[in-house]
Amino acid sequence: MAHEKNAPAIELINVSRRFLSPTGKSLTAIRDFTMTVERGEFVAVVGPTGCGKSTTLNLVTGLASPSAGEVRVMGAPVKGIDPRIGFVFQTDALFPWRTVIENVMAGPLFRGKPRPQAQVAARDWLARVGLSRFEQHYPHQLSGGMRKRVALAQTFINGPEVLLMDEPFSALDVQTRVLMHEELLRLWSEARASVVFVTHDLEEAIALADKVYVLTAGPATVKSVYTIDLPRPRVVADIRYEQSFIDYSRTIWADLKEEVETSYARAAA
Amino acid sequence: MTDAAIDISAGSFKPGTSDAEIEAAAAKAAQHRRRAVIFWRLAILVVFLAAWEVAGRMAWIDPFFYATPSAIALRLYEWVTEGTSEGPLWYHLYVTMEESVLGFVSGSVAGIIIGVALGRNRMAADIFSIYIKVINSIPRVVLAPIFIMILGLGLASKVALAFIMVFFVVFHNAFQGVREADRAMIANARILGASDWQLTRSVIVPSAMSWIFASLHVSFGFAIIGAIVGEFVGSRYGIGLLINIAKGSFDAAGMYAAIVVIMVVALGAEYLMTMVENRVAKWRPQPLHETQ
Repeated sequence: MAHEKNAPAIELINVSRRFLSPTGKSLTAIRDFTMTVERGEFVAVVGPTGCGKSTTLNLVTGLASPSAGEVRVMGAPVKGIDPRIGFVFQTDALFPWRTVIENVMAGPLFRGKPRPQAQVAARDWLARVGLSRFEQHYPHQLSGGMRKRVALAQTFINGPEVLLMDEPFSALDVQTRVLMHEELLRLWSEARASVVFVTHDLEEAIALADKVYVLTAGPATVKSVYTIDLPRPRVVADIRYEQSFIDYSRTIWADLKEEVETSYARAAA
Repeated sequence: MTDAAIDISAGSFKPGTSDAEIEAAAAKAAQHRRRAVIFWRLAILVVFLAAWEVAGRMAWIDPFFYATPSAIALRLYEWVTEGTSEGPLWYHLYVTMEESVLGFVSGSVAGIIIGVALGRNRMAADIFSIYIKVINSIPRVVLAPIFIMILGLGLASKVALAFIMVFFVVFHNAFQGVREADRAMIANARILGASDWQLTRSVIVPSAMSWIFASLHVSFGFAIIGAIVGEFVGSRYGIGLLINIAKGSFDAAGMYAAIVVIMVVALGAEYLMTMVENRVAKWRPQPLHETQ
């Protein structure tokens, strides 16, 4: 137990993941991947499109297992789906036949909480994301930003210690995205979960994270790690005009650009 | 006023027309259109029936084979008030409906359960798919004589035939619906803590429901086909028997009258099904009404 208490939230140690393409060819998605996420740390992972960013998250959830290397959550190797993990998806993963509140209640109900208790908790989380008035709506009646807030409430209600996010806001328009960033930072600072946030948007990564991992073009491995030393709490809407933000942006982009170009050239070839 | 608002009214509004006026005009236009649709529907029906009647009376077509609407109406009236030569119409209708409904319910339930089970289990699906294909390739009605031979002239043989007609349609859609369930949604449910059974019950089946409902719509018709074909081949009661007897006595009006009865029942069932579906699927986006 003592060992578990001091262990980082997430460790990926020399992990590789290979899979078979539909034509039977063996492909490598990630190779010799090493990453450590401390407890309460907000880590962003950026890399060119299709380089295997999402694969790293699937390895942490236990939905996929590594071909080589080791994945640990809170010091223990990952075996199956860990209840301490929350996941926010890129696409809409809400259940369209359930009302907003039923969607938020899904996690506690799946985990065997009695209905009245789940309902109280769901009301509380809907209030926190500002959707109390929309309890009885169905997802299709909400805007994209509101649906994302339902997804956040649905994930946070389970009290995850590790929060994985796979380009969660990429489908939103720019203004809504900034609002969602603020929302996420607020929820995160209350919950103090460890976060891995995968994105292809470098500015988003810098604005949100303590650390930014830059990945190489596929097969993905860690190219470099940057510590973002911007003060918190951050105001995402304004932070992008600060000199230190611009400096980070320039440095990391120089690094990322090579990989994006490699990936682009490969796709064009 | 925006350009779009003017576009809706096809440029017939002067600048300065209020929203209320535009809305009132749109409502009026919509009502006008609805009335026109109903008018033309009725007109086509009346013209068709009148042409049939006249053609029969003028002997352009032989009323011995084609009957006339008036003869059919008369026969229906007789059946309703005096009963058929084989006993009361209601009893025959009741028998056919009983066969259809039992076959429909048992066939759909079995189709949904087996479809979902195989949809969730790849290995079982791969093993059984060949047999399902083979059995599915049999035109279902050829089974009628076999069922009658084994199960007799009564209810069981018709229910079996209706069952087999319904089962495959529902099975296929349930299976496909399960396979098409959104992968992100499934992953989401599993990470939220759903067990395999919870996943099936509260994610897979609801998301396959629109597929399943699409099949239920057509399959009640199939259940009726099963029941009536069964009655053709051998029975003591039922609408199929009435048609068969009318055929034997060259009673064209009786055959058409029986068809009308079945038609009304099938339409009623379809209406009921749509109502149930709308109830169950109230979470689905309503189609937007275009402003004309």
